[in-house]
Amino acid sequence: MAATLFEKVWARHVIHEEPGEPAVLYVDLHLVHEVTSPQAFEGLRLAGRRVRRPELTVATMDHNVPTLPGPITDELARAQLDALRSNCEEFGITLHASGSGREGIVHVIGPELGLTQPGKLIVCGDSHTSTHGAFGAIAFGIGTSEVEHVLATQTIPQQTPKTMLLELAGEPPAGLTAKDVILGAIGQVGVAGGVGHVVEYAGEAIRRFSMEERMTICNMSIEWGARAGMVEPDETTFAYLEGREHVPAGDDWERAVDDWRTLRSDPGATYDSHVVVDVRELVPQVTWGTNPGMVAPVTGSVPDPASYVDPQDRATAERALAYMDLRPGQRIEDIAIDRVFIGSCTNARLEDLRAAAAIVAGRRVDPRVKALVVPGSASVRRRAEEEGLDRVFLDAGFEWRLAGCSMCLGMNPDILEPGERCASTSNRNFEGRQGRGGRTHLVSPQMAAAAALYGHFVDVRTLDDAPVAA
Amino acid sequence: MNPVRAITGRVAILDRADVDTDQIIPKQFLKRIDRTGYGEFAFFDWRYDEHGAERPEFELNRPEFAGARVLVAGRNFGCGSSREHAAWALQDYGFDAVVAPSFGDIFRTNAGKIGLLAVELPPDEVAALMESVDLDTGSEVTVHLERLVLVAPGGREVPFEFDASTRHRLLHGLDDIALTLRHEEKIARHERAHHPHLPHPPAAEPAETR
Repeated sequence: MAATLFEKVWARHVIHEEPGEPAVLYVDLHLVHEVTSPQAFEGLRLAGRRVRRPELTVATMDHNVPTLPGPITDELARAQLDALRSNCEEFGITLHASGSGREGIVHVIGPELGLTQPGKLIVCGDSHTSTHGAFGAIAFGIGTSEVEHVLATQTIPQQTPKTMLLELAGEPPAGLTAKDVILGAIGQVGVAGGVGHVVEYAGEAIRRFSMEERMTICNMSIEWGARAGMVEPDETTFAYLEGREHVPAGDDWERAVDDWRTLRSDPGATYDSHVVVDVRELVPQVTWGTNPGMVAPVTGSVPDPASYVDPQDRATAERALAYMDLRPGQRIEDIAIDRVFIGSCTNARLEDLRAAAAIVAGRRVDPRVKALVVPGSASVRRRAEEEGLDRVFLDAGFEWRLAGCSMCLGMNPDILEPGERCASTSNRNFEGRQGRGGRTHLVSPQMAAAAALYGHFVDVRTLDDAPVAA
Repeated sequence: MNPVRAITGRVAILDRADVDTDQIIPKQFLKRIDRTGYGEFAFFDWRYDEHGAERPEFELNRPEFAGARVLVAGRNFGCGSSREHAAWALQDYGFDAVVAPSFGDIFRTNAGKIGLLAVELPPDEVAALMESVDLDTGSEVTVHLERLVLVAPGGREVPFEFDASTRHRLLHGLDDIALTLRHEEKIARHERAHHPHLPHPPAAEPAETR
């Protein structure tokens, strides 16, 4: 019978199933970080349990590490990082600690180390685990009780999700990024459009996108409620993976690729739903509200809540505009910003930094703007420096920081002050996400870079024609 | 875990859609390594102003909602981050059930793990339930997990669906991990038969990792 990519990978991992019960699935890779794991390890200790497969468990420090050099001054953050270190030692888990040169955002280091591979089942106590689906893996975020369950059993019980095909049709126009595509898609399907589903992203745009662009797309699956996002592996996938540290080599590589080529949705395979988004109609996107579905083209304006038919939609939009201090009808390009954050598991890989650097090269950040670049991993940072990207950013007036989650969620000292407005390449514009009272506008790295130069949003496609602040 | 069969208690209404887990428990409270004590931080930025004073306009600060055990909320409740701290915070605050038209998937799972009932009702039933609450004196409801009915103020019974296996586990207070370990033989068999190229991250050198 014709099967989807998801069904094929799922079937490989079913340990046990019975009617009315969730399937018990085997976990190939369990990624761990400091925030959602301490209570899970404590649970193991209290129950006298061990970690079943420490070698399939990999930890990193990312969420609350400072991005400036020097000791951690936040006692709670330090205690949590210390707990991760001692838990990894006690249970025999490899830890990519701060300063090891191998640390970084968990969803950035998994792929770059080659731990993320097609056909794997990957979990992590973080909702953006969906990122790894870009390789044709089933990857989803879990809570701390589930982290404990996976540590103890290397399995996870899951109800079979529904499936959705999200077809990104057409060739992306020049200047349109993967971030714009996923933000535009979320604007169309809504923030709960994917709840209960694993979505497979397909279509011409996906095939043309690099692995890093596909990761940006899959990363934001959770922002429209999807359990996970997946992309069929192809030559782009294999080229990205070949030679990476944990990827099979030699004959094993050939066998692996032969296997991975079978991870495709068969002709005639069916999905519970099928959505088409025409990327040819999209332009660079900017969120105006307090969830990622509240998004508008940069050429557009802030919507009028009165135009919403559903009363709850209207109330939600009104609250969002009040929080964001925006007026209905205000042009997006007229929104002035105070801060720029280029970083996060959505957009802090090398291609993202290159793209942003290309915009800022030879220009200056608007004097009213404080702008920050936080590479996604120590490796991304090193490679960017080898290319001189750090100089480009520093010369333009950006800060160039150490790797971590940083201002995406503001668990470390990198936060917005109340009322500050930020053009951010991260994934969530929830109230207070980047700091209490802070206002977040989600954009691509290129759009964030351009906003830094002008002090307000500008259509990056027209940048060459626009006057640049001295 | 203690078995959960039925919950009777006051209702609090939070008629907002897409309440994300960042609102339920803001990130500044995620640095603790304990599992308890998050209730005082639940909805922190909505409950308190920047000076730490209660915001009277925030729904849960209404006196008639004090001590509520059942929260009735808008659609897509608990979307966003996977932080189980959100479920812990709600439970520690005093809620034993959340009723909404829909939930974020991870939140729903997390709630089920700790015995916080995430009860999904059709949007019109949620609206009717909100309507039936006496905003002057407060109202009580019963969420009956065993019978799969919600008894609204006034006694009207509203049936609901609930994941059968989660319900069974909660009714009997069973340990998830112990349930899975019944399949030890199958897990071990899978590990022996697994594709040879999958997955084998070798242990990294201690000097680099510790």
